[in-house]
Amino acid sequence: MDLEALRLSFVLATLTTLVLLVVGLPLAQWLAASRWRFKAAVEAIVSLPLVLPPTVLGFYLLVAMGPKSPLGQAWVAVFGKPLAFSFEGLLFASVLYGLPFAVQPFTAALGAVDRGLVEASYCLGASPLRTFLRVTLPLALPGVVSGAVLAFAHALGEFGVVLMVGGNIPGQTRTLSVSLFDAVEQLDYARALSTSLVLLSVSFVVLIVTSLLKRAPGGR
Amino acid sequence: MSTLSFELERRFPSGATVRAGLTHRWADGGVVVLFGPSGSGKTTVLRCLAGLERPDAGRIALGDDVWSDGARFVPPQGRRVGFLAQDYALFPHLTVAANLEYGLASLPAPARARRALEVARLVRVEGLLGRRPAQLSGGEQQRVALARALAPRPRLLLLDEPLSALDAPTRDALRAELRSSLVSAGVPAIVVTHDRVEAMVLGDTLAVLAEGRIRQVGKVSEVFSAPADAVVAHVVGTENVAPARLVGHDGELAVVEVGSARLVTVDPGHLEGEAWLCIRAEEVLLERAADADLSARNQLAGTIVSLAPEGPLVRVVLDCGFRLVALVTKQSAGRLSLAPGGKVVAVVKAPAARLVPRVAVATAR
Repeated sequence: MDLEALRLSFVLATLTTLVLLVVGLPLAQWLAASRWRFKAAVEAIVSLPLVLPPTVLGFYLLVAMGPKSPLGQAWVAVFGKPLAFSFEGLLFASVLYGLPFAVQPFTAALGAVDRGLVEASYCLGASPLRTFLRVTLPLALPGVVSGAVLAFAHALGEFGVVLMVGGNIPGQTRTLSVSLFDAVEQLDYARALSTSLVLLSVSFVVLIVTSLLKRAPGGR
Repeated sequence: MSTLSFELERRFPSGATVRAGLTHRWADGGVVVLFGPSGSGKTTVLRCLAGLERPDAGRIALGDDVWSDGARFVPPQGRRVGFLAQDYALFPHLTVAANLEYGLASLPAPARARRALEVARLVRVEGLLGRRPAQLSGGEQQRVALARALAPRPRLLLLDEPLSALDAPTRDALRAELRSSLVSAGVPAIVVTHDRVEAMVLGDTLAVLAEGRIRQVGKVSEVFSAPADAVVAHVVGTENVAPARLVGHDGELAVVEVGSARLVTVDPGHLEGEAWLCIRAEEVLLERAADADLSARNQLAGTIVSLAPEGPLVRVVLDCGFRLVALVTKQSAGRLSLAPGGKVVAVVKAPAARLVPRVAVATAR
């Protein structure tokens, strides 16, 4: 069992989920409420990782983070180290790749909140932000939590993007699934078995939690 | 004292256009009923006034504050209106107390609780403060929603079909109560409805919205008994509505004074002085002279003011000490040789003269 990879995967998945909550909730709220003509294009971009092979996304991200790209150069200028093959680069890729798994359930949950409640809140003097925090978000909470849980589980097991962007540096970018791949390559089936078991159990628990949340009072 | 003045136009992608304009001055509370058939745009007007929809053209102002014109649009948060939605829109995850306090965020906590209790008492829901909306009956939800809208002391109260979500018995029970609450709150109010009884019970002033514009504005009884044009007449129906005062009882029947006439009617109960007398024009019979053998209790001597044909019928306007409209067939009109200035007797059975109780702004104070 590769404990370092286990720790790294959990840290990566947790941070990915937190970033997705911060970035994904406003984006989902906008998607749920906006009547902008080109909204479908934004929705398509957010959903691309669902259909795109992870290696394709990983390759693009690798190029985008490389030392010759504006993003890569800016990162080196500010932090003094390259973005590609670093934990930060991996987090960035993981967030992008996890976007649809969080934003789609967020959008569905936020969009299901009765518009009349939002209007009632406005008429009672509450700002859009206060309305979101006191009315929309509490009512959408089961959906938001299940989106976050799915995104977490997904980030925990991600392989293709990680391999392309992060490589295989122990303690930096070597996640559980990369470690699993390694173990199989080295015919270390005992390690592969224990790693797989961890990923399987986490996924199973996540699905149970998600389905319980959907039945929770207040969930709809 | 506040004056609302608006002139607005809202166009929908479907091609429908709603235009409405009204200037109304509230001296001391009072309820304006915006009355019209379904699809006439009443709710749209109300939502524009609340700031929930932006008119495509026009101007809305309350007193000196311009809420909406070509350049400026004040969002709902900046208008201090109370808006009561058709389905009440209570926050399902909050208790009644938290719902009532929601609009009081600017007050310190003790003042919030005090004001919430005050409005809860006004609509008699102070025993329900710990409940959730799902644990309330429809009528209780309606009262909580009213209290929540009143809590922040709005400058204008807007009610969209306030009783339409209730079943008929509850609606009947709550109508007069809603009127009392509105009167004792003393807030200028606009009620949207398509229900005639609701309009009569709740309103002081009636504005009829039909076919895309406001056609007539006046006292409730005036508009009902003297529609300005055929469209209004069609919308409000052919019903006589006159202010009546209870003067006594005749057994189980009520005796009311209408203008200078007296009528016997069925007592609806809970009558306290003021009421509307409603008689459908089709149910007024005309005779040449009073007839002691008739079972009908009300035989009113009157003078014919005017005659107007209406399809196969003739619309006869009488002065019987109050203005009374009768619809009779052309044959009957010929048989009775009706003519303006002629004397007739209008016959109305006691059950055909319905009384609708009302609370006047002045007497409730």
